[in-house]
Amino acid sequence: MKVYLDNNATTRVDPLVLEAMLPYFCEKFGNAASRSHSFGWEAEEAVKIGRQQVAELIGAAADDIVFTSGATEGNNIAIKGVAAMYADKGRHIITQATEHKAVIDPGKYLEQHGYRVTFLPVDHYGRIDLQQLADAIKDDTILVSVMHGNNEIGTLQPIAEIGKLCKARGVLFHTDCCQTFGKVPINVQEMGIDLLTCSAHKIHGPKGIGALYVRRKRPRVRCEPVLHGGGHERGMRSGTLNVPGIVGLGRAAELCRLHMDTEPVRLAGLRDRLWRGLSSQLDHLTLNGHPTERTPSNLNASFAYVEGESLMMGISEIAVSSGSACTSASLEPSYVLKALGVGDDLAHSSIRFSVGRFNTEPEIDYTIDRVVAAVRKLRAMSPLYEMAQEGIDPHKVEWARR
Amino acid sequence: MAYGDKILDHYQNPRNVGTLDRNNENVGTGIVGAPECGDVLKLQILVDENENIVDAKFKTFGCGSAIASSSLATEWVKGRTLDNALQIKNTDIVRELALPPVKIHCSVLAEDAIRAAVADLKAKRDAKRNGQPATVEAK
Repeated sequence: MKVYLDNNATTRVDPLVLEAMLPYFCEKFGNAASRSHSFGWEAEEAVKIGRQQVAELIGAAADDIVFTSGATEGNNIAIKGVAAMYADKGRHIITQATEHKAVIDPGKYLEQHGYRVTFLPVDHYGRIDLQQLADAIKDDTILVSVMHGNNEIGTLQPIAEIGKLCKARGVLFHTDCCQTFGKVPINVQEMGIDLLTCSAHKIHGPKGIGALYVRRKRPRVRCEPVLHGGGHERGMRSGTLNVPGIVGLGRAAELCRLHMDTEPVRLAGLRDRLWRGLSSQLDHLTLNGHPTERTPSNLNASFAYVEGESLMMGISEIAVSSGSACTSASLEPSYVLKALGVGDDLAHSSIRFSVGRFNTEPEIDYTIDRVVAAVRKLRAMSPLYEMAQEGIDPHKVEWARR
Repeated sequence: MAYGDKILDHYQNPRNVGTLDRNNENVGTGIVGAPECGDVLKLQILVDENENIVDAKFKTFGCGSAIASSSLATEWVKGRTLDNALQIKNTDIVRELALPPVKIHCSVLAEDAIRAAVADLKAKRDAKRNGQPATVEAK
């Protein structure tokens, strides 16, 4: 059985989303900016609906939404664009250690260009400390960027409290919501959010399209664009609109909103079933991330004494991902797990399972059986497991490194 | 990058997984790598009175390529003399398993493990010659 449990990486497009998109390739293919003919008008109408559908999911107004090519672009606009626009007000930005690279790398870029960037540490569960954030905010701080749900470990940050703090201190608050948009209730007004990034392909929409919410009132937020050109999207994102993509993103958002009362619960049920099945049959198994404050679809666990890539090879018909160095091109273990203080050996032994709309209970049960069998086989082959069985703590051994 | 057939084969049909008694004076044990690097290879060899390697066992914590490299190493050392076993080069392993560039270090570890096992055995021989009890070393 082929099973897809890597929904945090990307998701299968929902057939309903594809169906909504198709007319906009060969029939209603106009450029939404063509004001003078019906091809343009019908494209513009579709964009208007898509904007509304995205806005409704986060309690925003349609005009607050800027369409992008995805979350990476959205994060770049939010961080670099705000930094440039508010440079006269201040040059200090605060973010945290477990952000996605699409936030961290713009931060590092800004450090090279005259900005100070604070990367807040996280606790063992991956959460920032609100007092540390409050202490880090200075007179020249212009932006705080903290993701809602972490893509690797699923941990949720307290964004409503962060938004409240930022409002009180007069600092803009951006949050990358890729992993929570459509799965966890979000309201930009109630949570004091000024900028928000989301992406279609994490919610069973197409790749290559996302949205950036940019607050227009109280306060009116402005960003310098990353792409200059025809001035589309209130000057913040030039470029012909990807109408089929926008239709897809909108429909995907709408489907999430319609099922918000039932789907997250169903996802958490599958995820918890997987955890119960694994933890009841395997020892030396640890959960990475917060036990309760986590996205409903995410399970990240370390299987001690077994390396992640070999485990993935052992269950190769099941798609998952790992924080092991062996699976990264750079041969570095996951920086997110490092930030948690998990320990490199457990980072190498980590697997991320992420469930989605099309996963079923039989798939979860099959996965449990295959993972348990592979872990047992690999532990029988593991010198570290052997040492642990003999009562030797591998952490206390002096290893001769290469 | 799909897993190579030979690498999968070593995982699905492992040869020589196991443990020899490291206190046996005819057993050499080599342990290389470190858990925090994500690779730990233990390779053991058993020699007869003529210093021919008659048995070899391995255990590995590492990716599929590391497992395959160490598994292959145990296959290759069997039947060789100690000095002959030192002739095995990591490049031979890379070629046999068709390891991609990013996994070449796994073959280097396997070669190092062979060397460490041979060195351990030689150290035991020296200790015995000098009248010392054979000590068990973790390398």
